[in-house]
Amino acid sequence: MTDLLTPVLSAHWGEDNSWKLSRYEANGGYEAARKALDMAPADIISLVKDANLRGRGGAGFPTGMKWSFVPQDNPNPKYLVVNADESEPGTCKDMPLMMATPHTLVEGIIIAAYAINSHTAFIYCRGEVLHIIRRLQQAVREAYAAGYLGKDIFGKGYDLDIIVHAGAGAYICGEETALLDSLEGRRGQPRLRPPFPAVAGLYASPTVVNNVESIASVPSIIANGKDWFASMGTEKSKGFTLYSVSGHVKNPGQFEAPMGITMRQLIELAGGIREGHELKFFTPGGSSTPILTAEHLDIPLDYEGVAGAGSMLGTKALQVFDDTVSAVRTALRYVEFYKHESCGKCTPCREGTWWLVLLLMNFEKGIATQGDVDKLLDIADNIGGRSFCALADGAVAVVTSFIRHFRSEFEAGTHTPAWELFPYEKSAVFAEEGAVR
Amino acid sequence: MSVDAKTASEVEKKPDLVTLTIDGTQVSVPKGTLIIRAAEMVGTHVPRFCDHPLLDPVGACRQCLVDIPDAGNGRGFPKPQASCTMPVAEGMVVKTQVTSPVADKAQKGQMEFLLINHPLDCPICDKGGECPLQNQALSHGYEETRYNLPKRTYPKPINVSAQILLDRERCILCARCTRFSDQISGDPFIALVERGALQQVGFYEDQPYDSYFSGNVVQICPVGALTSAAYRFQARPFDLVSTTTTCEHCAAGCELRTDHRHHQVKRRLAGNNPLVNEEWNCDKGRFGFMYARNDRLKHPLVRENGVLRPASWPEAIDAAVEGLKRAGSAVGVQTGGRLTVENAYGYSRFARAVLGTNSIDFRSRPQSAEEAEFLAARVAGRSLPQNVTYTDLERAKHVVLVAFEPEDESPIVFLRLRKANRDKGLKVTTIAPFASRGSQKLDATLIPAAPGDEIAALDRVEGLDGSTIILVGERAGTLPGVLSAVAAKADATGARLAWIPRRAGDVGALDAGCLPGVLPGGRLVSDATGRVDVAAAWGVEQLPSEPGLSADEQFAALASGALKAVVLAGVELADLADPDAARAGLEAADFVVSIEQRPSEVTERANVVFPAALIEEQAGHFRNWEGRDLDVALVTAAPGSPMTDLRILAALSDALGSDLGFRTPAAAWASFSELLDWEGDRQAAPQVSAGERPEGLVLAGWRELLDASRGNDHEVALRDTARDAVARVSPATAEQLGLSDVVRVSADGREQVLPLLVTPEMVDNVVWVPMNSGLGDRLSVLPGSAVTVSAVTFEEGAMA
Repeated sequence: MTDLLTPVLSAHWGEDNSWKLSRYEANGGYEAARKALDMAPADIISLVKDANLRGRGGAGFPTGMKWSFVPQDNPNPKYLVVNADESEPGTCKDMPLMMATPHTLVEGIIIAAYAINSHTAFIYCRGEVLHIIRRLQQAVREAYAAGYLGKDIFGKGYDLDIIVHAGAGAYICGEETALLDSLEGRRGQPRLRPPFPAVAGLYASPTVVNNVESIASVPSIIANGKDWFASMGTEKSKGFTLYSVSGHVKNPGQFEAPMGITMRQLIELAGGIREGHELKFFTPGGSSTPILTAEHLDIPLDYEGVAGAGSMLGTKALQVFDDTVSAVRTALRYVEFYKHESCGKCTPCREGTWWLVLLLMNFEKGIATQGDVDKLLDIADNIGGRSFCALADGAVAVVTSFIRHFRSEFEAGTHTPAWELFPYEKSAVFAEEGAVR
Repeated sequence: MSVDAKTASEVEKKPDLVTLTIDGTQVSVPKGTLIIRAAEMVGTHVPRFCDHPLLDPVGACRQCLVDIPDAGNGRGFPKPQASCTMPVAEGMVVKTQVTSPVADKAQKGQMEFLLINHPLDCPICDKGGECPLQNQALSHGYEETRYNLPKRTYPKPINVSAQILLDRERCILCARCTRFSDQISGDPFIALVERGALQQVGFYEDQPYDSYFSGNVVQICPVGALTSAAYRFQARPFDLVSTTTTCEHCAAGCELRTDHRHHQVKRRLAGNNPLVNEEWNCDKGRFGFMYARNDRLKHPLVRENGVLRPASWPEAIDAAVEGLKRAGSAVGVQTGGRLTVENAYGYSRFARAVLGTNSIDFRSRPQSAEEAEFLAARVAGRSLPQNVTYTDLERAKHVVLVAFEPEDESPIVFLRLRKANRDKGLKVTTIAPFASRGSQKLDATLIPAAPGDEIAALDRVEGLDGSTIILVGERAGTLPGVLSAVAAKADATGARLAWIPRRAGDVGALDAGCLPGVLPGGRLVSDATGRVDVAAAWGVEQLPSEPGLSADEQFAALASGALKAVVLAGVELADLADPDAARAGLEAADFVVSIEQRPSEVTERANVVFPAALIEEQAGHFRNWEGRDLDVALVTAAPGSPMTDLRILAALSDALGSDLGFRTPAAAWASFSELLDWEGDRQAAPQVSAGERPEGLVLAGWRELLDASRGNDHEVALRDTARDAVARVSPATAEQLGLSDVVRVSADGREQVLPLLVTPEMVDNVVWVPMNSGLGDRLSVLPGSAVTVSAVTFEEGAMA
């Protein structure tokens, strides 16, 4: 089974002091950056394009193409911004990466910034993860001390500064334009587009915003070539990626595998569903992606495969829920997240998620009324695609997909509390009596 | 006001048109038009809340969603799009709620969201009856709510300023108010705070929303979330009668919508005149209409045995005529600065044709002979096409401000300059003692200059040419040589020039002939052709040719006995350069006639007092600083209200055995209009050289928009939003004089004790104070004069 894994990003996570520059270099670190700085920027962009690296932050937009959108004739400075605001429920791939081998990210930034002719790059890191911010700062400090950042990097005449910026804890700041507003010191709320960040992003200058994993994947492509990268994965989704398996499996964690591995394989890698239980449903890519069930165990987990099943690959955060879990309760917890994280700018997200939560609370308590299931779906219809950004679409995906798969549980919410149908303590992984409602 | 015609490049080009289809109807609109406005062209009102044509699009409320099956490139949008943020494209197909069930449901859905947490308090809400949410909920919402859960509640209302109150429950978070305060007025003291369903309009408690333009947010609020202390719970919209008229405060010429009930003005809103005030006005114009509410003069008064007593109109007229006859032509006339053109024209004819004197002056403020010459040469009798306009300001490349602080002295000029600076990068240069908050908001380049040093500073302004406009304020009139230098500079460089007075009536009074040497239409008293022209129009044999006295000269002449009587309308003695001289003059006068709305220092010294109509009680025109004529409408006049100035003058003329020639505003306007477009000789521009700068500290200052002006009387909330009075000096001056915290500013035995604000980049050896803050004595010296400043000790300060 372990043959299925292709550890690249995670290859050295288990080593002592893996986050140190010395260890990273001992494993061949910064060779790719040296190589890249001898290449023409356009050639790097072509290489990444040809390797068909797609954004690992969720949307899957080709990374090389994003870089090529930067108008080089614009007189303003160009900026590279790394989106390290990983906040999606279930998603936990960037944090361990930055914790274990932050230099992979730093090296990727050097290459990417050089490719787009940027001399200032930012890492916008979620504010709650102070230990990771410190580790990033330490890695950046080490890189400066070694001459890998700052003036005349590697003696090759290229200058780059990296600024590690801590957010203040808002999911919306993972949305790239809200991130830019936040980085500029404003309230993090999505911007009107156009103009797109590639044209007028940070400080109204051309800006590329990339996910941590996307950028961290670049050094390996430079080092090993596009054919090596494209030898992994499926036809349209190339390469390796981090799958984060959590929930009711015996051995949850990060599994770095080629694009297109199946859920069945991942669950086996994770030691199977916990003893005595069966899979009820799972999220393919975090809470914003419509849930899938056992019938989807064998679809390839790549962009096209998951889309074909009516969901999205997202951040490849696979949260596994077994048969002890109440669909109603899970839906409520998810939607509560979106209600809490809604920035408030637009009506459907602000008011709609508020309403959904209140209604779902009634379902959980078993006091929903006849017609409330349809009301939920209709509210979701009035939110989905009507809001300013995609945040509320995540809440809609929760409501519609849970009702699609488990409508009867919602109908039961008109007469029976969810905790009676699915005693909550049973879904806890710790002592059953320790669970709280 | 320069006379050069617009060059070809200034003439607007025809915009590129884009053709699209909305609800099956083809329409061509200028490129860049937003869909929501293109839809209006085919007669479809897409419901909206956050959209406002003068604010940047935000797309927040999502009410205006429409279906776009073809974006012009053959592909459509899978989801409805906000029509307020998307510009049209050639070949685009748009389906609004009229033809698209998807758009219709999307809109109804958003409306439902907006209403779930909105209180159902329309019956007690000030906005009820004129509420976009109420109206559009009826036109585009569900009949019944599906929301039967608890609503979000907040304590309410909260004061975001003394004037503006916020009800967060009613707020739909459209961000119109926050965008207005940020984008239009540049006072971003309110902002959206918190997130999600708890998002709300917030402010910093130590910095309330004290903006000169704060009332506009009440007007553009699409719900009843923002209300004003002044109008809150005063009336229901459907009980009010609205009249479109013009503001009487400053020379901006803002269109107003004045609402009244039971013969009482309840509120004033900004009217929509795209050429002048767009859709905005200042708080003084909006809220400052209560001044005569409590102390109105209602009937004539006649002095008997030294005491004023009520009198009938015939008795008062007889008394006035007796006094005026006694004086013969040794009489002066002063008209204040707030009369309509018609009233001013009435005084002009009354003085020159009925009383036979040229001693008439509208300048009830500090003045100079140089100013009179400048006005005759460069301002009087010009027509709008020759003049600098708001539109010209917006199109200029560079605007230079000389002795002019637009935010305080002509707030709509400020807004237009700010708009041009923000949208088109207009360069603004200000010649001033320091960079005021207003000039900072204009991103203005400061050329520091003490009052009087503007002439040298003007030489340091670079790049003056035909695309430059110089705006000079009325304060320049008392700084020797400044108006001469400004006119010469404009002539030498081709820069255009405009003079902007503070008061609404000044330009109209000038053109009506209320300056001693200037007859109606800019004709000169010294020019026989001009006199004959006017005499013919007025049907009189001849007009007096001897030069008249200015206002200041009249007071001196009254004191010396050279002048026997004086007729004053709307003159505040405290506003004059030397109020003591004016008081002495009036006390020495044989006979004083006062035509006034309220008791004043003049009525106290008058022999006969006639009550005059308020602005809302009469029709007429104001001529604003551009020279644009703006309609003043009769809003309401209770039975028995006082007569207009014009009617009083007509009655006096009749009793004097003469004829004013008209007694209604319409007749006066018709007569005035015949005297326009005169093309005869003009006065030459003045050539006065700069004055000597006094030794030591020099006073600088101007009147702030909201101050102790009597026009702001009885407006407690309005006065509370005024800026705190401070004295300003430069850091070097503060150090040299050992000043900190609190200072005493004194001159001529009068003094003010004010907090000190040490102001960086301020010119040295100058102290700036607001000229009518109401704190301490009103200083009797003018900017440019010597003044002393001393530190106030802690004990003294505590006493003060």
